[in-house]
Amino acid sequence: MITIDTISKKYGTTEVLNVPTIDIPTGQSFGLVGNNGAGKTTLFNILLDLIRPTTGAITNHNIVVNQSEAWKNFTGSFIDESFLIGYLTAEEYFDFIGDLRGMNAADVTKFLTQFDEFFNDEILGKKKYLRDLSKGNQKKAGIVAAMMGNPKVVILDEPFANLDPTTQIRLKKIIKNLTENREITVLISSHDLTHVTEVCERIVVLDKGKVVKDIKTSSETLKELESYFAV
Amino acid sequence: MISQFLKLEWKQYFRSSHWQKGIVLKILMGFLALYFIITFLIIGVGAYYILKKEFPEQDPLQMVNSYLLYAILGDLIVRYLMQKLPVMNIKPLLILPIKKSKLVHYVLGKSSLSIFNIFGLFFYIPFAIVLLKEGYDVAGVLGWLLTIILIIQSANFLNFLINKNNKVLIFIASVFVLLIGFQKFEIADVIGFGGSIFDGIYANPILSCIGIIVLAMLYQLNYKQLRNSVYLDEAVKDKVEEAKSADLSFTNKLGDVAPFIKNDIRLIWRNKRTKTVFLMSFLFLFYGLIFFTQKTYRDMPAMLMFASLFVSGGFALNYGQFIPAWDSAHYKMLMSQSFKYRKFLESKWILMVAMTSILYLLSFPYLYFGVDIFLMITAGAIFNIGFNSLFLLYAGSFNRKRIDLNKSGFGNTQGTSATQFIIIIPIMLFPMLLFWVFNKFVGGISGYLAVVLVGVLALLLKNVAMNVIEKKYIKDKYVMINAFGKEA
Repeated sequence: MITIDTISKKYGTTEVLNVPTIDIPTGQSFGLVGNNGAGKTTLFNILLDLIRPTTGAITNHNIVVNQSEAWKNFTGSFIDESFLIGYLTAEEYFDFIGDLRGMNAADVTKFLTQFDEFFNDEILGKKKYLRDLSKGNQKKAGIVAAMMGNPKVVILDEPFANLDPTTQIRLKKIIKNLTENREITVLISSHDLTHVTEVCERIVVLDKGKVVKDIKTSSETLKELESYFAV
Repeated sequence: MISQFLKLEWKQYFRSSHWQKGIVLKILMGFLALYFIITFLIIGVGAYYILKKEFPEQDPLQMVNSYLLYAILGDLIVRYLMQKLPVMNIKPLLILPIKKSKLVHYVLGKSSLSIFNIFGLFFYIPFAIVLLKEGYDVAGVLGWLLTIILIIQSANFLNFLINKNNKVLIFIASVFVLLIGFQKFEIADVIGFGGSIFDGIYANPILSCIGIIVLAMLYQLNYKQLRNSVYLDEAVKDKVEEAKSADLSFTNKLGDVAPFIKNDIRLIWRNKRTKTVFLMSFLFLFYGLIFFTQKTYRDMPAMLMFASLFVSGGFALNYGQFIPAWDSAHYKMLMSQSFKYRKFLESKWILMVAMTSILYLLSFPYLYFGVDIFLMITAGAIFNIGFNSLFLLYAGSFNRKRIDLNKSGFGNTQGTSATQFIIIIPIMLFPMLLFWVFNKFVGGISGYLAVVLVGVLALLLKNVAMNVIEKKYIKDKYVMINAFGKEA
């Protein structure tokens, strides 16, 4: 359970984020939608304690994120390429993250085998540093790293951008599998309305830092979102 | 069209990161550049008179001529190692309605104004002016100067043709060594031969036309080669190096710190700038030679202490002062992972201490200069290990400048701020002062002991210091994430 409690963020006099209370129950797949500058990434950064909110607090499984760091043990995330270490190969990167998340080499290898299809032979054993991979392949590595070490919360910012169609479909399957047992909470943001309505059971629309819609996904949702954004 | 290109160049230069720095740094770099230019100018102007004075019976021009062959070969080797054709710049222009031939001429033309071609002129031009003033034949001197400029330009274009072909480098280097060898063992008179070529040009300046033909041919070859490969998968391509993984499992003995140590070793070895820092630290080993071999410094113990600190501290100082900016590119990720910040800092500390110890072991040959010097180096090493490594970690928490690891190593000042200048005081001046005071007023070995004592004391207090440092890093976390996220 994640509670976002009246979070706001101001830079000088400009307010970039101002959300009232949002409760995200455990096991929910939560989608965040909005145009550029809506505050999606800012909200995720506050959730990961990378930015301090001006007011309010976020509680992740009973831990206030900017007071204790215990939430890091069960929260995996991939925001952008800066989450990768460019001078490592994919294997070394997974080993590093695995080490930090209490997995040994065998655990990591075993964990990675379930993503063989997702990787499509483009990530492992390539003799390439992460900085030399294409944007899409970098994203694949980052997304998989975010799922290491049995997290209870997975946060992905724009996971579908830059991925090829096949991989997008595979990713949707992976996200659905994650929330199947209602144990893992998944938060994703996206510009792609079709994808997000397909994987998320709840969609929140941000506009200029404010929540304008909070919808339980139904067959009507895609239409509703499309008409909202078609201005 | 050309004016558009020039405008782009102008913006590229003045908007590049090294102009966006603090004013202090700009002034300092300006002075450094000025220093080199003036030194070259002085040598250029003074060379004639110095040679005249030292070797009154010989002609200075002939003496310079006789070594020009070596200068040219040396120049080629330096170029090979450091100069690159700036082809990537034209990538955004490729899809615009500009003729490819124009782009190629532009890239080639721009390369002939490269710093590698300008630098030598600061010597040759004043030297030629002095020759004219001393009554040498005007046509001869001008022909000679023209030939030199043509040779420099030819070397410029020859280098791009060679284009990082290691066989050619070995060939040039062996010719270089062979020529020196021939001269040394008097198999052939290389100096005389080389000299006679340039003396001949001075005598018959019309011969410099050969240089024009050579240059034109080399330019044409370059043009042809480049014109046919202005494609994204050929000339205009970023080089992708093959990843090489070394087995670093030996670090696992270090326990929790191991993942970070492994990371740091890879960081150092796989990025140009950090690799330069690493390799340079071995050059610093020789720093002492400058001081210990000269009589003047023998009577300035504080200066000897300065050198001693550098002998073992090259790595700790150069690497340590930019902690944690080396990790700035992925700092956000690190901060969202679950680990004790202590481990991250500890790994940097271990790295500095290990490298300082290795450099200290390598400094044993300094025993040759006497026990005094060696004791001083030992004291310096202990100070570096005890005090400096901890202090550098603390000072690192003030770093607010991002470092892009992919940028080159030499003369790269990215990440430099006032911090780097201020830390000199405690890490260098403090031990020098300490040594000087005790050495002067107490005498005996008290100077060494004082420095050692501070080092040992700091080492004993390591845990306390680490607690303070860790708190400081955690406190400054958000500011650092924000600063490191900004483009450098």
